[in-house]
Amino acid sequence: MHNDFKTDDQPGSPSTAPSITLEQVTFAYPGALIFKSLNFTVTSGKWTCLIGPSGCGKSTLLRLISGTLHDGLSGVIRFDDGYDRQERTAWMAQKDLLLPWLNVVDNVCLGARLRHEMSDQKKKRAISLIEDAGLGDYAHALPSALSGGMRQRVALLRTLMEERSIILMDEPFSALDALTRLKLQDLAAKLVGGATVLMVTHDPLEALRLGHSVYVMTGRPARFSDPLIPPGTPPRKPGEPAVISMQAELIERLESREVP
Amino acid sequence: MNFIRPMVILFGLIAVWQTIVMVSGVPAYILPGPVKVAEAALSHAGPLLDNAEITVLEIIAGLLIGTLWGAFNALSMIAFRTLKRWLLPVLVISQAIPVFALAPLLVLWLGYGMSSKIAMAVLIIFFPVTAAFYDGLRSTEPEWLELAQVMNAKPMAVIRQIRIPAALPAFASGLRVATAVAPIGAVVGEWVGSSKGLGFYMLYTNARMQIDVMFAALAVLCIVALTLYFIVDRMMTKLVFWQKEENKEENKKEKNNR
Repeated sequence: MHNDFKTDDQPGSPSTAPSITLEQVTFAYPGALIFKSLNFTVTSGKWTCLIGPSGCGKSTLLRLISGTLHDGLSGVIRFDDGYDRQERTAWMAQKDLLLPWLNVVDNVCLGARLRHEMSDQKKKRAISLIEDAGLGDYAHALPSALSGGMRQRVALLRTLMEERSIILMDEPFSALDALTRLKLQDLAAKLVGGATVLMVTHDPLEALRLGHSVYVMTGRPARFSDPLIPPGTPPRKPGEPAVISMQAELIERLESREVP
Repeated sequence: MNFIRPMVILFGLIAVWQTIVMVSGVPAYILPGPVKVAEAALSHAGPLLDNAEITVLEIIAGLLIGTLWGAFNALSMIAFRTLKRWLLPVLVISQAIPVFALAPLLVLWLGYGMSSKIAMAVLIIFFPVTAAFYDGLRSTEPEWLELAQVMNAKPMAVIRQIRIPAALPAFASGLRVATAVAPIGAVVGEWVGSSKGLGFYMLYTNARMQIDVMFAALAVLCIVALTLYFIVDRMMTKLVFWQKEENKEENKKEKNNR
């Protein structure tokens, strides 16, 4: 399942997703050193989850990788296929960021619209994605007519519609209720295909359900733990013994690394 | 239901007016009662309507030009940052000069006709539109812009598809304010120098001690202003159609919480 990354014959789109390498990355906000000589690799075509307390720099790391944040960065962030980092990442945030004046189809196609690449083919693909995600009846509804879970589903589809080989997720499901969150995690794991995913989360269960590897990130400047590698393929069931026992271990790690 | 409240307010005000006239015994050449004003309105319907037509045209032309100019100012300040540094002080200075003080000059330069009144209305209207729209354009949700950046959006597409629609609610409230003050410009212009329009007609009847007709002209001006306001309000509600939906949702939630 993880090696059939859909390229949709898009020119320039790689058939396999690259890994992300950070070498000697140093970054500081005024008065706060967030990363100091950080080395880190995100495995290609897998889900890597980062978990840690608020304010430890998880979102900053995603912004540095996406390139929206670059002033004050030293060190190297590269994708191992050697191509430029431009136009390679898709972004999914905690807020759905749907534009309230666009209907669901147009929101899903937002990237293409903003790049002036809109076509009938794109629209058809968007509609089929929307139907696959069970939102067919709402394709032409405005976001205000949707529930929180549905809105976040649309945000997920908008992210997938970008057909980028690297997907950065910043606590994408944290605003949802528990049941909706589980459903969306399953949908995301199913639809993401073989892209390289780096997901930041607060939720140990979410990290263990979806991650091929899970890192704990703490301290200032931030440090990474050794990875936890849960057995089996994601999405794992919440009741799986391995998930439950690792959850205890993960919480322990988080607690032990908390600044006293 | 939506109609009952304004009607009650209207008739309440008229009743208060009639009571004051009756109780105080003020002579009709100082404060005519509503009945007398209504009679005057009917007997002078012809000239009232003719003059109202002129004033309405002035206000609408002023609104159109003022809105376009205001929107253009706001957009160019967003698109070209250097322009903003030059234009913003000019706009603020332009508002520091009272329009009333400019009225005689505008009449001198543009003549007794409609153009000086339209210019007055434009001067009053464009600023609230510029200020509100510019503010709206500037305060786009930063996360939308960040998302657009990750999507490698074209800069013009971001302005057209995100910043402008996001600023439309602010633009709409600016335009509502502008519509409410627009008649001031036209009427003040007419007072300073003209031979047509409701403002002119008020001065004319005042000079002939036809106070009841003057009040009728004032009432017509009121109706014109209110009608314009409601039309613009309706148009703005249509323009920001998604806000209505959001409000509905909020109302629903409020009801559920009760």
